[in-house]
Amino acid sequence: MNTKTLNKTKEMAGKTERITGAEAIIRCLIAEGVSTLYGYPGGAIMPVYDELFKYKDSIHHVLTRHEQGAAHAAQGYARISGKVGVAMATSGPGATNLITGIADAQIDSTPMVCITGQVPSTLLGSDAFQETDIVGISTPVTKWNQQVTKASQIPEVLAKAFYIARSGRPGPVLVDITKDAQFETFDFEYKKCTGVRSYKAIPDTDPASITAAAALINNAKKPMIVWGQGVILGQAEAEFKAVVEKSGVPAAWTILGASALPTSHELNVGMVGMHGNYAPNKLTNECDVLIAIGMRFDDRVTGNLSKYAKQAKVIHFDIDPAEINKNVHADVAVLGDAKQSLALLLDALNKNTHTAWHQEFKDLYAIEYDKVIKNDISPTKEGLTMGEVLKQINIETKGNAAIVSDVGQHQMIACRYADFNITKSNITSGGLGTMGFALPAAIGAKMAEPHREVVAIIGDGGYQMNIQELGTIFQQKVPVKIVVLNNEFLGMVRQWQELFFDNRYASTEMTNPNFVAIAEGYYIKARKVVKREELEDAVKEMIASKESYFLEVCVEKEGNVFPMIPTGASVSDIRLS
Amino acid sequence: MNEEIKTLTISIYTENNIGLLNRISAIFQRRGINVESLTTSQSEIENVNRFVIVVNITETQAKKIVGQFEKQIEVIRAYYHTDEETIYTESCMFKIKSELLFEEPQIQNIIKESNTRIVTVNKEFFVLEKSGRRHEIESLRSQLNVFGIMQFVRAGRIAVTKDQMKVTEMLTAFNNQKQ
Ligand SMILES: Cc1ncc(C[n+]2csc(CCOP(=O)(O)OP(=O)(O)O)c2C)c(N)n1
Repeated sequence: MNTKTLNKTKEMAGKTERITGAEAIIRCLIAEGVSTLYGYPGGAIMPVYDELFKYKDSIHHVLTRHEQGAAHAAQGYARISGKVGVAMATSGPGATNLITGIADAQIDSTPMVCITGQVPSTLLGSDAFQETDIVGISTPVTKWNQQVTKASQIPEVLAKAFYIARSGRPGPVLVDITKDAQFETFDFEYKKCTGVRSYKAIPDTDPASITAAAALINNAKKPMIVWGQGVILGQAEAEFKAVVEKSGVPAAWTILGASALPTSHELNVGMVGMHGNYAPNKLTNECDVLIAIGMRFDDRVTGNLSKYAKQAKVIHFDIDPAEINKNVHADVAVLGDAKQSLALLLDALNKNTHTAWHQEFKDLYAIEYDKVIKNDISPTKEGLTMGEVLKQINIETKGNAAIVSDVGQHQMIACRYADFNITKSNITSGGLGTMGFALPAAIGAKMAEPHREVVAIIGDGGYQMNIQELGTIFQQKVPVKIVVLNNEFLGMVRQWQELFFDNRYASTEMTNPNFVAIAEGYYIKARKVVKREELEDAVKEMIASKESYFLEVCVEKEGNVFPMIPTGASVSDIRLS
Repeated sequence: MNEEIKTLTISIYTENNIGLLNRISAIFQRRGINVESLTTSQSEIENVNRFVIVVNITETQAKKIVGQFEKQIEVIRAYYHTDEETIYTESCMFKIKSELLFEEPQIQNIIKESNTRIVTVNKEFFVLEKSGRRHEIESLRSQLNVFGIMQFVRAGRIAVTKDQMKVTEMLTAFNNQKQ
């Protein structure tokens, strides 16, 4: 941001000035440290866009090609940086187009503030042109939402919006602002929000729960950690690593937890869940103490709940009291912020190594390697695999890239095989499974952290759900790398049809366009790989490129992702083929 | 795992916010829980509202759903209680043709015996009001039904708990923390 405006904003803090509601919105965003936002203009938000024009040296508005793209870009921005992502849209269709992104942010706890324009307050409830009840529509998928009909409410509501979005368990907030409130002038004054009396962002940690947790862990013979995004959201990576290393407890991750501990870490035993690794899934049902940290026992992680870790004592660390006992009964619940509670836990832990127990993970890994991994990443048969593409990307990026994946087989392969050295590097739609997420989210991620390599891994299906965002990449010159793993199928659905619906491929086969020509139509460098011999060179070229780059890899059409826990089965019934 | 379904009273202390009713009902709706009755009013604390909601669910469900309520930004505290833990009442009104009051002496007895209050009487109709437990109201209704009821309405349960609600303490703690 322009330092002049920043100083001006700081100077103004505590003083009042007469401005319009629209200008106040921009000033609030600047005061909250927002330098980039994503959106799309329209009638009911035009006064704000007029102010964006005036403030364009201080705040960068990125015009996406669809409001859904704006929401996902804001999410990508937030996920890689930990800052609040901001998306803006007009009333009616503009606002409803944000909803998928908002729902995604809600279930994946992503801090986001959405600002929507609304018809003038005098017209509310009259079925006015482009009027929708966006507050009503967004209620079940927002952490908080509020309509504003008077300019004077803007600073307080926006301050509260940012506070709520980023504090505690983060989430999306929507503020709907009527057009008359944008035009109205008032005495502007901005005060940051520091608390809301009915909302406790971080519950108190009971020291007794730490003692109880430590006692269980210290006495355990076969303890196992499953961590989730809470470690990342709580910025607790260092404390977490220290806990893992001191206790010597094998640690597995959920999709959203990936990258909080480097992939190569000796105690990192891989991913749990439906397409996770063999060892941590199997051994979930053999451990004696299961330590869940900042994860919510999603059904894709637990499989059949009645057969999940029944033999184990469960310790659950979480910031959200509503997660405790929601899906899995916790013998010890440790409420609070992961950074603090893990630091307390660390002091109470004994040093240990659990060598024999660790060997069990290694043995099962060897089986998985032999039956699955080897064939995925170093195939000898004809037809490129998704796994070998990921392996090549690992080599070229040295595991330092942020991987933004879409939803489907390629997502599972990306999560399974990408090397992560750096935290906040696995950006994917976990809870909602939103196809179309990756391309816009990659834009947001790259813009938030321009120094990082950002590689989007997308299926040919999901790519076409928000393909229009190539326009944003082109106009904004965002040097993201786009990899489409083209199997000419809605692969994950086809896999289920093959396994559970007797090969009846109903509406999953796709006749695709010339993807290279489309990328080139947006003046994006593009290349297509059909043969194994071309892969290495193409990935090298892509990673070496200083500009955005599109790479289509034609992979085998009917590849399957294994291991797999079939729906309704127990984690220990995970299949290798 | 066949846990008993009970009649539970959920009390939610909230800020006075327009959208909150929508948020609260969405939580029931998403879980397929039918709301038996819902009442909202000012609580004992100034500017704090209280919802009293009656549902038939298990205590396990109640614990989870109370967690979901407490998670909402403008909810200060939420609780659930069994009937034994609360003192509760319901109220209702009947509108009945006035001629019956004079033609059917039996009605006067019913009114007297059931401790029902006559709110108003005019040429065409009279209005009765009664507070009490559901079965008392139901028995009154079935007795009066014989003669014909022009209108009947029953309000949701209102309840106070035998236990203390530590809401004021919570709000004071917040204010102290801010200073
Ligand atoms: C918006 C949306 N619609 C439908 C689905 C259901 N779905 C899950 S995976 C998948 C197939 C994805 O196909 P593709 O993008 O080609 O990726 P692949 O599985 O082939 O890697 C579908 C349709 C979804 N997750 N999201």
